[in-house]
Amino acid sequence: MAVTSAGATRADNAPARPRKNRTFLVLNIISIVAGIAIWWGLSLAGLQFPTPAEVVSAAWKMIQDGTLATDVGASLGRVLAGFALGSVAAVIVGFVMGWYTVARGLFEPWIQFFRTIPPLAMLPLVLVLMGIGESPKIFVIFLAAFLSCVISTYQGVVNVDKTLINAARVLGASDGTIFGRVVVPASTPFILVGMRVGLGSAWGTLVAAELLAAQAGLGHRMQSAQLYYDLPTIFVGIIAIGVLGLIMDRLLMIAGNKLTAWQENR
Amino acid sequence: MSTPKISVRDVQKIFPVGKEPFVALGGVSLDIGDNEFVTVVGPSGCGKSTLLNILAGLEQPTGGTALVDGKPVTGPGPERGVIFQQYALFPWLTVRENVEFGMRTAKVPKGERRERAEHFIRLVGLEQFADALPKTLSGGMKQRCAIARAYAVNPSILLMDEPFGALDALTRVRLQEQLLETWSKERRTVMFITHDVDEAVFLANRVVVMAARPGRIAEIIDVDLPYPRDEDMRLSPEFGALRNRVWHAVYHQRQIKEPAK
Repeated sequence: MAVTSAGATRADNAPARPRKNRTFLVLNIISIVAGIAIWWGLSLAGLQFPTPAEVVSAAWKMIQDGTLATDVGASLGRVLAGFALGSVAAVIVGFVMGWYTVARGLFEPWIQFFRTIPPLAMLPLVLVLMGIGESPKIFVIFLAAFLSCVISTYQGVVNVDKTLINAARVLGASDGTIFGRVVVPASTPFILVGMRVGLGSAWGTLVAAELLAAQAGLGHRMQSAQLYYDLPTIFVGIIAIGVLGLIMDRLLMIAGNKLTAWQENR
Repeated sequence: MSTPKISVRDVQKIFPVGKEPFVALGGVSLDIGDNEFVTVVGPSGCGKSTLLNILAGLEQPTGGTALVDGKPVTGPGPERGVIFQQYALFPWLTVRENVEFGMRTAKVPKGERRERAEHFIRLVGLEQFADALPKTLSGGMKQRCAIARAYAVNPSILLMDEPFGALDALTRVRLQEQLLETWSKERRTVMFITHDVDEAVFLANRVVVMAARPGRIAEIIDVDLPYPRDEDMRLSPEFGALRNRVWHAVYHQRQIKEPAK
């Protein structure tokens, strides 16, 4: 039953979905394989690309001597530290801004101002002030995650359905209870969206920060490989960054879906 | 007569809109007796929801007083349960957790909380959906859950703001009958806002007809039909006559001419 009539009921349509998903997956795989084939073809045709085989062997070497693990560990450590600090701060500041008009008036101009500056543009200043250790990098990542997430959290608090707050009030809830049992859960979807954007932004900022100033990490590895014209290592770095970013985003998405499964229209 | 359960004394509500203030309520007085079922019907803008919100303690009057059990209303209180048109269930809580919400804020011990929630969930016929999330319920079921939630804190007054307004005609009629059934088992003082004349007559001891600009009471019509009420009653000539009276009072309202500028 490839063709479903217009009058088909929902139950009739239901089994079509997994099939559609499978088709989709097959297309995904075909696309990836074709992409690698084209890459291979181009590198054999004399373009200055390393072949996929060279990249894989470079990756294998980096796995065996432990450099990949060290770099990934350094990069992930920074991004997770900065992202965790940034998200926690964003949720707190966002809640305070949404709940108290005074705080909103005081915080808003600064947040709007710093939002227009790419966090990386703060790096030279931060390097001068904080030296070249871990703290400047974590700080820029913190800034990236915080600025992406704070507005979203604040919007979530402001957009909580007034009727829900009234419903809680007439059921005898105090301001504290309303905050904890209505405002916090109601704004969770907004916070999670903010965190996803924040994570993407943090990851992007991290790699760029490492390109500029680091002794380890994926960005640093690519930077030093550039000096030796070591293209396979650069490719390994790019692929590792993409794969790790994708995994973190998916994990956050799955956690988010679990937390907000109660939402009406999903 | 003893003190009325609800006593509204010359209540005014004026919203400052631009240069010309909007008079949502221009001096409304109304007494509602203990365990009485009063419906309030009127065109939009007649201030019926404002009146309910003032009694609920969600809005403050700009003049006059609203008394419940002889005491002025200063804010929401557990003796007044409110049911909203948009259901206002907490979507992240199950039916049972929604019904328990008010009892949790009142620090009712867990065992008693469970028991009372169970009782009211059964009363509105949702026992099979006690652990379901609101998103899986139909509109009518959501509103039944909201009714159970309001009942669970054991209020002596129920304030209902067009609770069946968003439902289809058939569900609406069923819920009206269920509400009367619930009310006959668990008597409360009810103030029920609606814009549906049939609904107003079917449910009430008394129908308060309001008019707009300024918001005021146009007429109060006694409904001396006996409870329990059912479908036959809805089709009876007595019901028809009352409905016509209310209809007339609502839709042929004399407009108070505003002074020319």
